[in-house]
Amino acid sequence: MLRYFLKRLLSLVISLAVASVVIFVAIEVVPGDPASYMLGINAQEDTIAALREDLGLNVPVFQRYLGWISGLVQGDFGTSYTYRTPVADMIGERMWVSLPLALFALTLSTLIAFPAGILAATKRGSIWDVLVMGVTQLGIAIPNFWFAMLMVLAFAINLRWFSAGGFPGWENGLFVGLKALLLPAVSLALPQASILARVMRSALLDTLDEDFIRTARAKGLTTGQTLRRHALRNAMIPVLTIIGLQFSFLLAGAIIIENVFFLPGLGRLVFQSISQRDLIVVESVVMLLVFAVVMVNFAVDLAYAAVDPRLRGRS
Amino acid sequence: MADQVGVTKKPGGWLRTSLGSRNLMLGLILTMVFVAGALVSFVWTPFDVTKMDIAHKLATPNTTNWFGTDHFGRDIFSMIMVGARTSIAVALVAVSIGMFIGVPLGLAAAARSGGWGDEIIMRGNDLVFAFPALLIAIMITAVFGPSATNAIIAIGIFNIPVFARLTRGAALTLWTRDYVLSARVSGKGAVRISAEHILPNITNLLIVQGTIQFSLGILAEAGLSYVGLGAQPPIPSWGRMLADSQTMISFAPHMALFPGFAILLTVLGLNLMGDGLRDLFDPRIRRGRG
Repeated sequence: MLRYFLKRLLSLVISLAVASVVIFVAIEVVPGDPASYMLGINAQEDTIAALREDLGLNVPVFQRYLGWISGLVQGDFGTSYTYRTPVADMIGERMWVSLPLALFALTLSTLIAFPAGILAATKRGSIWDVLVMGVTQLGIAIPNFWFAMLMVLAFAINLRWFSAGGFPGWENGLFVGLKALLLPAVSLALPQASILARVMRSALLDTLDEDFIRTARAKGLTTGQTLRRHALRNAMIPVLTIIGLQFSFLLAGAIIIENVFFLPGLGRLVFQSISQRDLIVVESVVMLLVFAVVMVNFAVDLAYAAVDPRLRGRS
Repeated sequence: MADQVGVTKKPGGWLRTSLGSRNLMLGLILTMVFVAGALVSFVWTPFDVTKMDIAHKLATPNTTNWFGTDHFGRDIFSMIMVGARTSIAVALVAVSIGMFIGVPLGLAAAARSGGWGDEIIMRGNDLVFAFPALLIAIMITAVFGPSATNAIIAIGIFNIPVFARLTRGAALTLWTRDYVLSARVSGKGAVRISAEHILPNITNLLIVQGTIQFSLGILAEAGLSYVGLGAQPPIPSWGRMLADSQTMISFAPHMALFPGFAILLTVLGLNLMGDGLRDLFDPRIRRGRG
């Protein structure tokens, strides 16, 4: 297990290093001179020179990259050009919206998908199976931001149960915060839950055909016991893979959904920064999201090894 | 369920099966409707999509404007026809980028399985997987500004590892087959074997995956143009129509309904078609998408 862990850790570090180079090159090297890009075409020469000095653009590229990385590792993400505040503080603030939103959506998606997938697989061919397969087919095809808009129309504008957008902040209590995140989380969760329910169903169907399930039944276990002790455990590998993959889609999807509900999260931050040409903020947010995705995949790999000891032997 | 459907090997069997498959037929019809709409829009639309008619703005669906008009009085039905063009073009080119780069990479990785080339290709794939299409689009847009081309590039890059992985996985099993072995014995090189023996045998798989990536591409394009990272005005696009409708949803919900249904039905059609094709090509494969 230790060998497996170290191997994965090494590949994690390499992935992050390469990703950081890609992001750095794309945002700081490709545009030529970021200072004149950020200030636009009407900027004065001396303003550009000052910003260039400010951003440290006068030192060689390699040194700048090392400076950026060592800053990131120490939690120093640089200073936003537009707001003149540390990027780390801005991200920290927005993170309290985006991360709970992604986790909330992931929880909802799992809570919906597991029972639906299990129901469809155990009652295969029944009306329940057809219903689950039909609804999930729609759930996969629906654009989640459109679904979000329809929910705003129904629950915020017509029924007035929720506010149409905005976030009151966690200081007003957990319930108030969660209530503001409920519609965004549901709209994020719907497509993911649909995919997950289908994966759960097909993984479970594969497992239910296995000989050990028949053996388990033959030795006198009830359907429920067989399902819990044998079938579900074995169906978890593909399901875990998808949950891991979904987390990155949830983070990215949250960026779009935040726009529908005017939530002050990372997504809003990144779009504001793009329109204000605040490259430092864009660079840091993208790096942070990639870091999150890579870390989650690392965690999923370790979770595999815990669930299935056979995988530890392979590289 | 489709996995219980047996395919007869009689001549014409596949035709009967494909006609008998409800998924495939429904998917084909839906897809054809939108492709036809997009094609017809090149020569005819009920109204000019760039023509504003403020006197008739925000009209609800009626006999003249079938889907109503938007806040500038433009005909929504015509805009959806032209928007189909944008969606299909972006998704089609993006899938082609993914296929033309991803498939050769996957073939190369499988041919040199276990070597350093394979390792580099697969690790490179892992890396691209860490960047969801939206993040690629954000980076490109931050530097070059938003456009349909940038959306295509972003979705295309995201498609590369999908096809590379699929191709490598399928090709690896084929490399152990006897007919590949006899081709090697007869002195054919890796490139020729990949082109003549491996590729033809994974075409079905690629078509099915291509259909699914096409539908994902339509969704991604809609999402990107919704947040302003895709096609720019005056080119109509479904995602941007939805973005425009958002502030008016309380008094003009029709503006949000039609473009949304257009996306939903196109994606649904492509997904059903993908499922149907998969069952048709390999009835042994159990249904259930990942």
